[in-house]
Amino acid sequence: MTTDMTTDMTHYSDYTTGEPVADTKAPDGPIEERWDTRRFTAKLVNPANRRKHTVIVVGTGLAGGSAGATLAEQGYHVVQFCYQDSPRRAHSIAAQGGINAAKNYRNDGDSIHRLFYDTVKGGDFRSRESNVRRLAQISVEIIDQCVAQGVPFAREYGGLLDTRSFGGVQVSRTFYARGQTGQQLLLGAYQALSRQIAAGNVELHPRTEMLDLLVIDGRARGIVARDLVTGEIRPYVADAVVLASGGYGNVFYLSTNAMNSNATAIWRAHRRGAYFANPCFTQIHPTCIPRTGDHQSKLTLMSESLRNDGRIWVPKAKGDTRPPAEIPEDERDYYLERIYPSFGNLVPRDIASRAAKNVCDEGRGVGPGGQGVYLDFADAIARLGRPAIEAKYGNLFEMYERITAENPYEVPMRIYPAVHYTMGGLWVDYDLQTTVPGLFAIGEANFSDHGANRLGASALMQGLADGYFVLPATLNDYLARHPGHDTPAADHPQITAVLAETTERLHRLVSVDGDRTADSFHRELGELMWEFCGMARTEQGLRKALDRIPQIREEFWRRIKVPGTEAEFNQSLERANRVVDYLELAELMCLDALHRAESCGGHFREESQTPDGEAARRDEEFSYAAAWEFTGTGAAPVLHREDLVFAYVHPTQRSYA
Amino acid sequence: MARTVWDSTVGKKTVMAVSGLVMLLYLVVHMYGNLKIFFGPGTFDGYAHWLRTLGEPFFHYEWALWIIRAALVAAVVAHGVCAYQLSRRDIASRPVGYVHTRARAGYATRTMRWGGVILALFIVWHILDLTTGTVQRGFVPGHPYHNVVAAFHDWWNNVIYIVAMLALGLHIRHGFWSAAQTLGAGSRRRDRALKTTANLLALLLTAGFIAVPVGVMTGLVS
Amino acid sequence: MKLTLRIWRQHDADAPGAMSTYDVDGISPDMSFLEMLDTLNERLTVEGEEPVAFDHDCREGICGACSLVINGEAHGPERTTSCQLHMRSFRDGDTIDVEPWRAAAFPVVRDLVVDRSSFDRIIQSGGYITAPTGSAPEAHATPVPKPAADTAFEHAECIGCGACVAACPNGSAMLFTSAKVNHLNVLPQGAPERETRVLDMVAQMDAEGFGGCTLTGECATACPKGIPLTSITAMNREWLRATRKVSRT
Ligand SMILES: Cc1cc2nc3c(=O)[nH]c(=O)nc-3n(C[C@H](O)[C@H](O)[C@H](O)COP(=O)(O)OP(=O)(O)OC[C@H]3O[C@@H](n4cnc5c(N)ncnc54)[C@H](O)[C@@H]3O)c2cc1C
Ligand code: HEM
Ligand code: HEM
Ligand code: SF4
Ligand code: F3S
Ligand code: FES
Repeated sequence: MTTDMTTDMTHYSDYTTGEPVADTKAPDGPIEERWDTRRFTAKLVNPANRRKHTVIVVGTGLAGGSAGATLAEQGYHVVQFCYQDSPRRAHSIAAQGGINAAKNYRNDGDSIHRLFYDTVKGGDFRSRESNVRRLAQISVEIIDQCVAQGVPFAREYGGLLDTRSFGGVQVSRTFYARGQTGQQLLLGAYQALSRQIAAGNVELHPRTEMLDLLVIDGRARGIVARDLVTGEIRPYVADAVVLASGGYGNVFYLSTNAMNSNATAIWRAHRRGAYFANPCFTQIHPTCIPRTGDHQSKLTLMSESLRNDGRIWVPKAKGDTRPPAEIPEDERDYYLERIYPSFGNLVPRDIASRAAKNVCDEGRGVGPGGQGVYLDFADAIARLGRPAIEAKYGNLFEMYERITAENPYEVPMRIYPAVHYTMGGLWVDYDLQTTVPGLFAIGEANFSDHGANRLGASALMQGLADGYFVLPATLNDYLARHPGHDTPAADHPQITAVLAETTERLHRLVSVDGDRTADSFHRELGELMWEFCGMARTEQGLRKALDRIPQIREEFWRRIKVPGTEAEFNQSLERANRVVDYLELAELMCLDALHRAESCGGHFREESQTPDGEAARRDEEFSYAAAWEFTGTGAAPVLHREDLVFAYVHPTQRSYA
Repeated sequence: MARTVWDSTVGKKTVMAVSGLVMLLYLVVHMYGNLKIFFGPGTFDGYAHWLRTLGEPFFHYEWALWIIRAALVAAVVAHGVCAYQLSRRDIASRPVGYVHTRARAGYATRTMRWGGVILALFIVWHILDLTTGTVQRGFVPGHPYHNVVAAFHDWWNNVIYIVAMLALGLHIRHGFWSAAQTLGAGSRRRDRALKTTANLLALLLTAGFIAVPVGVMTGLVS
Repeated sequence: MKLTLRIWRQHDADAPGAMSTYDVDGISPDMSFLEMLDTLNERLTVEGEEPVAFDHDCREGICGACSLVINGEAHGPERTTSCQLHMRSFRDGDTIDVEPWRAAAFPVVRDLVVDRSSFDRIIQSGGYITAPTGSAPEAHATPVPKPAADTAFEHAECIGCGACVAACPNGSAMLFTSAKVNHLNVLPQGAPERETRVLDMVAQMDAEGFGGCTLTGECATACPKGIPLTSITAMNREWLRATRKVSRT
């Protein structure tokens, strides 16, 4: 099995089409009743028997943390993993903006149905209605749950919860905790998890990385993981496996994701039979701090709310290197206001991002390398006064100044788009089960709810909905139907084989003893992906990338240098092993982007635009989720389509002109 | 409750704070009494006599004084034992220091342990010197005025006292504020007031105590 | 910029460690401190030397993973995390000492990486509100007065980095523990477990081998999230209150 890593490094091969894949778990009937119906029809496990069931949860972010705590409360024996030294550090902690919920506390016309509607529309009609409706319904309970745990959401003077509007939505439904909503929500889940750890219901393995999935007799029965401190690789068996390992945006090297976020867990599961859906759907956030040079290791997001008061512009002339203050008003191009007069600076994320790329490609970008545009607060400061701006954005301005050493009150900010979120992920049904029985995927790791574009403040909502409410209900059903008593022995041939394969892969990484670091390959791959599978994609570019990726992969296995051994704490080895998986996933992303010859949401194909340059969706051909089946590294994968039916929200073409 | 307190670092610290404040209270009174020396032997010795007859006829001779002595001994012992145990623990909690060292915290804060040791030694010396007279050549029991004057005739004894009083000032400067935090009395609003009080107390006690040896040295008291 | 780095190298928990000297060149003032270390590590890797191990993840000052003592100060000269410290805070030609957090309760794992699981165990001992999923009342059922909500938030900002322990001459975890106690104890939702929470967390903190607090204040100076020293005072108050109350019942 290991040989396919090198020998199959031929050229990119096309794909074949297989049977359509269908979600067989969502009940029929009125959409408002589906979740209740499913919960009722789901089989239950006798509480006395739950202790006998072991569930593995990989990840301790919002999705994994909430799932682990809840499953343990229900009585299951949970074995949980994260690669950080503490579950509290999962990447969810970095989310700033907020979390949506259809509470309608403002009485501004919000409702579960409106949140459902906005999410389906925001996802550009590439998500599943039944899932999204459920998400909107559960959003309400999430806020109750988090408040009960002590999450310090922002409050008004009367002591009630405050909300704000986010991402151009008409209603004010975003709950927030200053700029640290993700942190506070995660701490809530972490604390609930901690309580279960103390009670002995959760066995936690921090600094332990999942490296492969154990599929035995057609069911997911465990994982192979490496203790990052001792280097020990060992199997863990269970009755079901839940992947909550987050998104794969780091395939681009530079992104707003945490440095060690990785695709290994989901990619290895994909290699073992789980379909990967819509891998090319990535979200690019328009307001990040531009990179300062080749040393850049990650990008930092600036809250979208800045666009409410800042004006975005670049010089009209190419290569204008004058300081911004010396560029007179009539030599500036407020391009968003010019192209989209009605929405101006508040156009959706993907449109703002693409427009910035276009002006920079024209050579009108500002700052080092011309990769930036101005976000100027001079007008807002003149209009509202500096104190008002300070009250609203003070902490963001401070963060900007710390990173760039420029004072945004005096010099316009420079911003540039950056990869931020991946809508694609493991294909799951309504029960959040992948195509491998017993393998579930929750949070950003699955593809479920956001279609081709995620609305701001909806990822936190989805992660918590999955972990606190959906999975604990649906996993019962699976476990009730597979009552156990058949735990595979530790020396089961399948376990020994996967263990040997993993050990060999790591050993090979340290043995190549080449002359290039894992980071150098990762950076090279990232640049390629950003160029050809980033904000705007063309057939020609994608083909170029598909030609190039196998070459990089081949070079990687020839020239990689990993000092030290696999039997010790070895951060170089961790990185290199993650790059191995990125080098395979990247290819699937490009292939998916190539096959989807339409523009939708975050996926913009230059060939598919309206005469005035807007994204053109092609519903007749592409109203489906693309679920890919793995057939071998570099080998043609199989496409399984899941047709999307829109019975409640009628597809319309987006227009912001 | 006693177990909870004694087993906990926070509890031990509470014991230190309470015992420290008891000693502090005693010292304020003691300093006030000492200053009577400037009003001549009659006043001072009279005061010493009064101390011993305090509470009569309910108490017998020296009973009240013994009660105070018992409380003080308890406070010193409790304070010292906690200080010792906590200090050992603190040192063990930081087994390896930083290669790159730099000045940390304030002087008073950093010298609490050494200051405490100086004070402990001083208390022993002071009792042998002025209460029992063991170390004093010209000691006359029952004549404190005479004894004080005699004690401060030796320049080195003045040095001992003055150094000890400076240590006391520093100890109180951090100790009073620290005790307020330990007992949960501090707050952001009150912090300034507490720090000022600590400084004033430290200054007052140091100056008040030092006044006596200085008075003897300058001949103001003889 | 050209710099001389003196970095603590230690192969594992049991191995002896020592400072090693490295020269780095071509450092941009715009680099973060960790990016500067990345540059060094890239070079060491290519030269076949083992790169310097250090913890990091978010690199935006929120996950609390990064943990470097730079020139004797936890997280270095600015009031921020190591990952948000930029090289412009140093001068060309400087010699910089980089060491791991030092505390008995934070044993070194390798080089600059330490084991902070003791913090997790403090939280496990009581740093939560018991609110099993599904049992929550409507969020608006209990209004939280804004001052209490703000106080809770101020303390909830702690990122669990451990700089407080690293800076404390006694290796004390009082600031970290008090941040969590105060976050939960000021909220009405946290009231039912108010006493047991503080007693259990303080007991666990002691059991982990952290030192006692002598109110040195170094912790609050080093804390990148500005958890105030009064947090410790407030926890002492809670502890005394709980001790009295629990002994009465
Ligand atoms: C800067 C930023 C700001 C954001 N702001 C918002 C916002 O305001 N609102 C919003 O709704 N969304 C926001 N998002 C998106 C949102 O934060 C994420 O989508 C969400 O938190 C993902 O949660 P998760 O639980 O799925 O995964 P994560 O939080 O990424 O957790 C992944 C977990 O899996 C573990 N793990 C990963 N791989 C392995 C492995 N191989 N072995 C073992 N363990 C592994 C990790 O240790 C970690 O515990 C933001 C994202 C970013 C990057
Ligand atoms: C027996 C001799 C003494 C020793 C060994 C000693 C030692 C110490 C030590 C080590 C501390 C802790 C340092 C700190 O909190 O930073 C301390 C605190 C303190 N000491 Fe002393 N000390 C002694 C005598 C005294 C005296 C005579 C007083 C009275 C004024 C006093 C008052 C205090 C107070 C108020 C504190 C603060 C307690 C707290 O923070 O809770 N000490 N002492
Ligand atoms: C210059 C400063 C001081 C002078 C002149 C002084 C003087 C005296 C005198 C004269 C006595 C004997 C009183 C009597 O027997 O009636 C005495 C007792 C005592 N002093 Fe001081 N004192 C000074 C400072 C201190 C300090 C700083 C402390 C504590 C830290 C202290 C603690 C005591 C104690 C505990 C006793 C014994 C009380 C008893 O048991 O009778 N003194 N002092
Ligand atoms: S209190 Fe401050 S220094 Fe200590 S762990 Fe929390 S954030 Fe870090
Ligand atoms: S530095 Fe240490 S001594 Fe106390 S005030 Fe902070 S924990
Ligand atoms: S790396 Fe996350 S806080 Fe520094």
